[in-house]
Amino acid sequence: MENVIEVNNLCKRFGDFTAVDHISFHVCKGEIFGFLGANGAGKTTAMRMLCGLSFPTEGEGRVAGFDISREAEQVKRHIGHMSQKFSLYEDLTVRENIRLYAGIYGVPDKETTERMESLLRKLDFSGEGDTLVAALPLGWKQKLAFSVSIFHRPEVVFLDEPTGGVDPTTRRQFWEMIYEAAAAGITVFVTTHYMDEAEYCDRVSIMVDGRIEALDSPGRLKEQFGVGTMGGVFDHLARKAKRGE
Amino acid sequence: MIRVSEIWKSYGKTDALRGISFSVNRGEIFGLIGPDGAGKTTLFHILTTLMLADRGHAEVAGHDVVEDFREIRRCVGYMPGRFSLYQDLTVRENLELFASVFGTDVQSNYGLIEEIYRQIEPFNNRLAAKLSGGMKQKLALCCALIHAPEVLFLDEPTTGVDPTSRKEFWQMLRRLKEKGITILVSTPYMDEATLCDRIALIQKGNILQTDTPAQMVRSFGHPLFAISSVRRYDLLLAAREYPEILRCYSFGETHHLLFRGTPCPDIFKQAMRMSGFDDIEISPVDPTIEDCFIQLTSL
Repeated sequence: MENVIEVNNLCKRFGDFTAVDHISFHVCKGEIFGFLGANGAGKTTAMRMLCGLSFPTEGEGRVAGFDISREAEQVKRHIGHMSQKFSLYEDLTVRENIRLYAGIYGVPDKETTERMESLLRKLDFSGEGDTLVAALPLGWKQKLAFSVSIFHRPEVVFLDEPTGGVDPTTRRQFWEMIYEAAAAGITVFVTTHYMDEAEYCDRVSIMVDGRIEALDSPGRLKEQFGVGTMGGVFDHLARKAKRGE
Repeated sequence: MIRVSEIWKSYGKTDALRGISFSVNRGEIFGLIGPDGAGKTTLFHILTTLMLADRGHAEVAGHDVVEDFREIRRCVGYMPGRFSLYQDLTVRENLELFASVFGTDVQSNYGLIEEIYRQIEPFNNRLAAKLSGGMKQKLALCCALIHAPEVLFLDEPTTGVDPTSRKEFWQMLRRLKEKGITILVSTPYMDEATLCDRIALIQKGNILQTDTPAQMVRSFGHPLFAISSVRRYDLLLAAREYPEILRCYSFGETHHLLFRGTPCPDIFKQAMRMSGFDDIEISPVDPTIEDCFIQLTSL
């Protein structure tokens, strides 16, 4: 199967501190990959390198077919990104947000208009196209933010703590959107420190002190560590951590 | 220790609380479990006398939240959801400030915070702004405890904190309970519900159900099944099309399934096999608090 993310011995040092310590892994096309670790384990640093926002000190990586060191600009064009903290402009309307992001990623105007209206219908947002994002409930914002992050049809989308704070039903609707995107061939890379969320992924990796200490499907990891939940797997591994927060 | 009776509160046209009633016994850890926007923070503001309800009554430690607000402020500790410490004061300065505001000093009730405080003591002279999330949370808890309150209000203390720190935090709460402190804690995370003595599920300003976690799960009332296949998403869509299925929703690696009438897992399995899910597995499963929440909100 085709690999959309491929990382070999990726390493990032800040002075004497090795934030990401020679990690290697790959993610297949259409896979939902969970990227876990405690606060300070190196997740964010690693993800920034994969998004072309930070250069590796050593090692190499390819994302969507481009080299993250030499072709960072191409990487940025071929990925999508959504974070819980910031994704949409609150003081723009739903349509303005979609147009802005579509414009940044160079989606042609005509195509934007057509795709935008069908997206609004699909999300059941048709009545809310001209509503300010600030006025939307959190669950709607999250669904919209995800839709915007894949509007330009990237090969891979990075989701940074995507579903905090919403009710269980809304959260499931969100995961179904992720399943649907993955079924359409978009690779999904999710960071989270909520372990029940990890169970929704095809495979997960767990970082401890800058290294990947475990990588497999949630089912096989639970079996390997003889525990019933991903929280149990995490506890086993996090206990080894020497690095403080 | 806490008695809430028919509390209403609206902001303009939005009803934040719609006639909420519950009570918390002395020495209990009581959890308010619900998503953002459910009304949890509004309720905390009313109970800690920072805001007045539109209608209804509430008492904390035997004091009325309107008439006796001064007494309440002396005998409760409150850790708000957003980091509430003084960013430009050090760890030690924050603690001393909170102690002096309540007319006490750090030594008087040191025994209560010692175990938690020892973990942040090495950073005594660090500005609060420079602390990591887990350490800020511990300092905020120390500050909320320094005057030995009878009741502790914790508004989403574990949001944004990693699983290991969350677990440690809940262990700290158990030990505070042993010291006789009553705790009202809110969280959007269903998996933390089982760590409380009793819980209220709350959504859109209404309490859906109040009970012990074990009793709530027992009252679920329907046989629940887990189904799985390598083609996870396709299976979810196919199961929903099957006429005998009342509800099917994703649940981590599996999907949870409820039948309309008498469960017929074998017939369902056969039908799914015929639709090309050769590897389908179906087995009965115990409901969780999250299943209860979904059940109560999809009636």
